[in-house]
Amino acid sequence: MTPPAVGVARAESAANTRALLTLEQVQTHIGRYHILHGVDLAIPEGEVTMLLGRNGAGKTTTLRTVLGLWRASAGRIVFGGRDVTHLATPDIAQLGIAYVPEDMGIFGGLTVRENLILAARSGPPDPERLRWVLGLFPPLERFWGSPAGVLSGAQKQMLAIARAIVEPRRLLLIDEPTKGLAPAVVNQLIGVFNELKAQRTTILMVEQNVMLARAIGDRVAVMVDGCVVHSASMTEFEADADVQGRLLGFSLGGQA
Amino acid sequence: MNAPASLQPGTASLLAVWRVRAAHYGAHLLPVALGLAALTVIPFSTWASLTIAGVAMGVIIFIMAAGLGLVFGLMNILNFAHGAFITFGAYVAAAVLARMSGWTQADDAVLNLLAFAACGAAAATVAGVLGYATERIIIRPVYGAHLKQILVTVGVLIVAEQLVPVFWGGVPVPVTRPALLRGSILIGQVAVERYRLVAIVTGLLVYGGMVAVLARTRIGLLIRAGVQNREMVEALGYRIQAVFILVFVAGSALAGFGGAMWGLYHELITASLGSEVLVLTFIVIIIGGPGSTSGAFYAALLVGLTANYVGFLAPKLALGSNIALMLAILMWRPTGLLPASRN
Repeated sequence: MTPPAVGVARAESAANTRALLTLEQVQTHIGRYHILHGVDLAIPEGEVTMLLGRNGAGKTTTLRTVLGLWRASAGRIVFGGRDVTHLATPDIAQLGIAYVPEDMGIFGGLTVRENLILAARSGPPDPERLRWVLGLFPPLERFWGSPAGVLSGAQKQMLAIARAIVEPRRLLLIDEPTKGLAPAVVNQLIGVFNELKAQRTTILMVEQNVMLARAIGDRVAVMVDGCVVHSASMTEFEADADVQGRLLGFSLGGQA
Repeated sequence: MNAPASLQPGTASLLAVWRVRAAHYGAHLLPVALGLAALTVIPFSTWASLTIAGVAMGVIIFIMAAGLGLVFGLMNILNFAHGAFITFGAYVAAAVLARMSGWTQADDAVLNLLAFAACGAAAATVAGVLGYATERIIIRPVYGAHLKQILVTVGVLIVAEQLVPVFWGGVPVPVTRPALLRGSILIGQVAVERYRLVAIVTGLLVYGGMVAVLARTRIGLLIRAGVQNREMVEALGYRIQAVFILVFVAGSALAGFGGAMWGLYHELITASLGSEVLVLTFIVIIIGGPGSTSGAFYAALLVGLTANYVGFLAPKLALGSNIALMLAILMWRPTGLLPASRN
């Protein structure tokens, strides 16, 4: 028996937050493959939700379906009180969702500066906010005028995240930001995410790195075979070694 | 605490920056290298004429090819109907010039240039409208299906070729150059056709304008980004479809304008002009790297120069020289001279 996705939040967050994004029985087909089999998920405003699960469970597909990059074949997606299930990707993004894809989606032939200008949809980036973003990621300032294609993997990831936050957005969808990065860089990113978290940014993040998930996650949703089978606060999840072992194949305690 | 190595401005990254720059300038210098190489085997005055003819031919090919490359780069659409826009541009220009004989024959440089501008504008307008209609009616239903795109757009090209005799008769049509653009001027010992100089100036203006729009405007930024990663542009909240229509119409208009300039270059046009030139434009796009405007420009110069040099040195090889050039470039750089995406 799996607990319902909604309503298992910690007492205080259940009282103070409402769901910014909800998925109700969302199904997604890619070609003839049936990937999502009815995802139920509620993302509370102002919290960081970690989407966990083994490879192939449908985590990336869930993010892409929210943004309309792959179409939901059934179910309903509601963002900020609005049904976005059938909206086109640009229209969904314009409602205030930023996306950091797994491959980072950097425009390699554009300079770092041009990548950020493009991400600031409503005009030239606000200088103060830009200074804050570049303060989070100093290498971007150093390579300001260089084609983004020459950046290292870590620097590209920084640029991808910088692009998502160069203007305030209501929800950040971040797909495996630490994939292939050195531990030192991961620590840096944790610092950045904690700063975003301190500003009450709503984040839905796919992440395999348990250390990072524990460091920044408020809530956890676990996917198995195209469904969210478990949803809980991080505190509850950390305490429940049985669920960890059963759903992820390891226990957090062992990794600590 | 020390910052991790990957966050430092490490030498590896600076080296990568320089490698990109070196590759960039290498492609720019290739036409110059080709010219210098030809100078070693061709007498100077002949070489100068051939070079100017080659550059003029090159920039006109660039004007015709530029839109095709962006359309392919941005939406992955193979558009053979592009040749129809070139043909119609040439014929519309010829018709306009024929009706403006008062201005083209006048001994007045301003009237001559106005006639030239008018025929170019008419060609661009007609081709732009045709392009818009083609995109809406013919190409939109076959997005994402290359084979169908080839079938329907080759169909448009064939229909257009058959329509030409209906409008303009079955015999080749002469294109009358305005008086100012006829004959040659002497620069030192070298006779230079006036029209070639005008073509070079016009081509450089078009290229400069395109580069400026692509580099300095938001719409240009969107086009360049869209060529590299269309999905991410949409995820950032931009409707790429609107950008694409704009590019398609502008590219069609440029094709029409280029067709007009090609007609004036050869002074005689036939209904098969578009399909003949289309081969050259595809070669240019492939050599330059699909979606890359600068790549197409330098590739077009290479094609123009090669055609002229080889035409002089070994006329029998002239036909195959562009294909040989394409093979050579692709063996050296499989993604083209200046590939649009460097992810």
